[in-house]
Amino acid sequence: MSTAFSHEFNTASYKGKASFNTGLFIDGKFVDGSNKTFIDVVNPTSGKVITKIAEGTSKDVDTAVEAAQRAFDTTWGLNAPGALRSRLLTKLSQLMERDQQELAALEALDNGKTFAWAMNDTSAAIETVRYYAGWADKIHGQVQETDEKKLTYTRHEPIGVVGQIIPWNFPLLMFSWKIAPALATGNTIVMKPSEFTPLTAIRMCSLIQEAGFPPGVVNVVTGYGHTVGQAMASHMKIEKIAFTGSTLTGRRIMESAAKSNLKKVTLELGGKSPNIVFNDANVDEAVAWAAHGLFWNHGQTCCAGTRIFVQSGIYDEFLKRFTEKSKQIKVGDPFAPETSQGPQVSQVQYDRIMSYIKSGKEQGAKLHLGGDRAGSEGYFIQPTIFTETKPEMKIVQEEIFGPVGVVIKFEDEEDVVRQANDTVYGLAAAVFSQDINRALTVAHKLKAGTAWVNCYNLIDANVPFGGFKQSGIGRECGEYALENYTNVKAVHVNLGIKMN
Amino acid sequence: MAQPVSVRIPALNKDISLPTGLFINNEFVPSVDSSETLECINPSNEEVIARVVAASPKDIDRAVAAARHAFNTTWGKNCNGFQRSRLMNKLADLIERDAQELAELETLNNGKPVKVARDFDIGDSIQCIRYYAGWADKITGQTIEIEGTVKTAFTRHEPIGVCGQIIPWNYPINMMSWKIAPALATGCVIVLKPSEITPLSALKIAELVVEAGFPPGVVNIVPSLGPVGGAALAAHPDVDKVAFTGSTVTGRKIMEAAAKSNLKKVSLELGGKSPQLIFESADLDQAANWAALGICYNSGQDCTAGSRVYVQDSVYDKFMEILVSKVKATSFGDGFDDAVAGGPVVSKTQYDRVWSYIESGKAEGAKLVLGGEKRPGKGFFVDPTIFAEIRPDMKIVKEEIFGPVLSVGRFKTEEEGIKIANETTYGLGAGLHSNDASQCMRVSALLEAGSVWVNQYNLLSNNVPFGGKKQSGIGRELGSYALEEYTSVKAVHWNIGEKLEWPL
Repeated sequence: MSTAFSHEFNTASYKGKASFNTGLFIDGKFVDGSNKTFIDVVNPTSGKVITKIAEGTSKDVDTAVEAAQRAFDTTWGLNAPGALRSRLLTKLSQLMERDQQELAALEALDNGKTFAWAMNDTSAAIETVRYYAGWADKIHGQVQETDEKKLTYTRHEPIGVVGQIIPWNFPLLMFSWKIAPALATGNTIVMKPSEFTPLTAIRMCSLIQEAGFPPGVVNVVTGYGHTVGQAMASHMKIEKIAFTGSTLTGRRIMESAAKSNLKKVTLELGGKSPNIVFNDANVDEAVAWAAHGLFWNHGQTCCAGTRIFVQSGIYDEFLKRFTEKSKQIKVGDPFAPETSQGPQVSQVQYDRIMSYIKSGKEQGAKLHLGGDRAGSEGYFIQPTIFTETKPEMKIVQEEIFGPVGVVIKFEDEEDVVRQANDTVYGLAAAVFSQDINRALTVAHKLKAGTAWVNCYNLIDANVPFGGFKQSGIGRECGEYALENYTNVKAVHVNLGIKMN
Repeated sequence: MAQPVSVRIPALNKDISLPTGLFINNEFVPSVDSSETLECINPSNEEVIARVVAASPKDIDRAVAAARHAFNTTWGKNCNGFQRSRLMNKLADLIERDAQELAELETLNNGKPVKVARDFDIGDSIQCIRYYAGWADKITGQTIEIEGTVKTAFTRHEPIGVCGQIIPWNYPINMMSWKIAPALATGCVIVLKPSEITPLSALKIAELVVEAGFPPGVVNIVPSLGPVGGAALAAHPDVDKVAFTGSTVTGRKIMEAAAKSNLKKVSLELGGKSPQLIFESADLDQAANWAALGICYNSGQDCTAGSRVYVQDSVYDKFMEILVSKVKATSFGDGFDDAVAGGPVVSKTQYDRVWSYIESGKAEGAKLVLGGEKRPGKGFFVDPTIFAEIRPDMKIVKEEIFGPVLSVGRFKTEEEGIKIANETTYGLGAGLHSNDASQCMRVSALLEAGSVWVNQYNLLSNNVPFGGKKQSGIGRELGSYALEEYTSVKAVHWNIGEKLEWPL
């Protein structure tokens, strides 16, 4: 049975029609799930069902792994020279560019982010695929210096079939961050997109077909975490798994990997990132970046700057301007050009965020701004700020993943660095100060995989991104991501050593 | 003068417009002060194809100034790698689109067969530009730990600046792409002087540079005589680096001029007298094929031409028999004839030069085994020629001929073979043929050449470096290594907290 999805967009931001094949994408074909069941895809703006997509099972994962292994052994892996892998990835990026607006519209429809921000995401996704296309024929090993009786060199080989599980907050961008370095290095893929936001991933499958990737190189199995995701994490024939999502699920993935075949694991998990604003910061700039740091993507960002530390000398002024800035955020329809914040992605997330807001109030924090639902339909939440918090409060410790932040007054530099680092997380951090020495010194002391100086949430395809501590294992983006997908083999060639 | 002319492309049966002016600041312009032109001849029939403007030293000044201006405003540090990458990929796509007509233009001017020009020269050029487009956004420096809390140090790999690039006539389009690609990827700007014999394809590609969207002044193309334009670039006080491919004689002059002017950085890709060793365990049929390729490809006009072949005594007679029959089967003719394996040599000068070496071989007593007879009629055709029973002191053994003239010798032991192979001031390429893996390892380790081929010859890849040892050159092209030729490393020492006491 062949399924398809069609949608007519008639909005102020975008008018157009999307129409494409759906289903699980295995071995170059769209197929039903083996149980013939389906998952509802909900539009978070209205709370209504847009369409149904095939539900994958562990049996479908097996089929996908077999297809991926076959492709790896015949048409991909080292059978496909780097120059060919490069061409196909470049072709894919060109197709994404051709269909950029449609992809952005699908993303806004499915995830709830504004069309404008979805365009931003798709540009970044295109750039990522292009960037890794350029690496494909540059996977170098080393030759080490030895004496003339021996030659030693390394090969950076593809691992084989890799499993990739991505979240719902930046569906298309996360899809590209995962597939691009894996394909560039010659691996084949079984990918599980989030069951909340599968549409752009499914749309990409048609582009992958059109670009000319051999069947089985990229397989997409939509389904639930506890079935499809679990099957992948414990699969005996998947030799590497890459996961982006919550720290809670990340632990389960790593546990399953350990219990099954010790597959290699990279994780991109949560954060409770500190944003430190010193007295000598440019206040207007700091306010603008802090707002972007906290509220971008409706707070649904792993590296969101959710703990804003402001030095006492400018605290009042900062809070005043930050509040004004936050009030300017227009919450509404993602396709209305004046909207800056759409709905949260699902009922589950909505409920979770609202319960954190409740906990903040109950634990005695001061609700400074927002705190309520916005509107009466869909999962909209007002931009929310708490002040006068205590470090042990849940809203200060735990990742909320919504447009909810805390602003904390500090005095002493050493103390704020201690407070900033006092978290199990270590994904990102930021420092605002016009004194470059202090800014760099503090940035270097923060225990985070990304430290922003006088900016926030700037991400580039060529700069690595990942977490310290419980925020993750491994790095994505930049040259560093290639290590996640290569197996190093050392070859020792005896040229004259005799063994008696 | 500087108006485009019409050139007939025979196989496509159409006329194309060929720009004839100097390409400066994205425009085709006449010379500021000279009426000199370069006459471009079709070496297959000795007819004039077109005349193009020849740049004078003042024109070179203008081109360099345009490049410098672009470097300071739209290129260099004013654009990022992602932008450079996109433009380069666009240029590659355009060359791919126009591959057939560029190939025919190349054949008209250089003589090589059309399908070779299209599928190899241009195919490799497109791939080369794409390869370096992929590097453009990956030029990274290092951060280096010194004293973590008070000082941070890092390197920036900055573009060198204005690069003078002088290329030869044997692979016009391919040599152009080897030069411009790594330079553009790293953010450098270019003044390219194609050979005065074969400037046409470079001028045609200049149109694609504009179409791709490169800002004016980033790429400038100034055909000119070597002693005029080439010398001017090598001595120019505002050119930061000169890259030259050509004869060792000219390479010396370039380096001298660089030293005497502003100590500009120099990279050189010069001549060779590359040897191939045929060991007794080799697959003789295959080895003969590679040896034939080595001397016949591009009619021997290749810096890594395998112009000396040494055969181990025990298999000499057998190998020679196979080799002669392979080379004999190689026919040279008009590049538009699909059946030919190679074309004429590129010009009258080269023709006379190659023949004088053939005569010298006869005069010094080498044994002529194949060829050695001039063809009647038009065209600078030199048929494949093999000399045997050579002595190391013969001119045909010591000097680079740059034509399809092969010298074959013999050796007894591996040591002797390596010694004879290395007995040359050159060190560009070398090949060895053997089925003994340890021998392959040993011999490849000891051959003094920038590229060593094992059981193969002359096949290059865009991602593997290429260049000469000894007097065959300085620096490397291709691979990641070429990027070093176009980057200038700046170390930044950043004090983030150290106070100095003075006096210490």
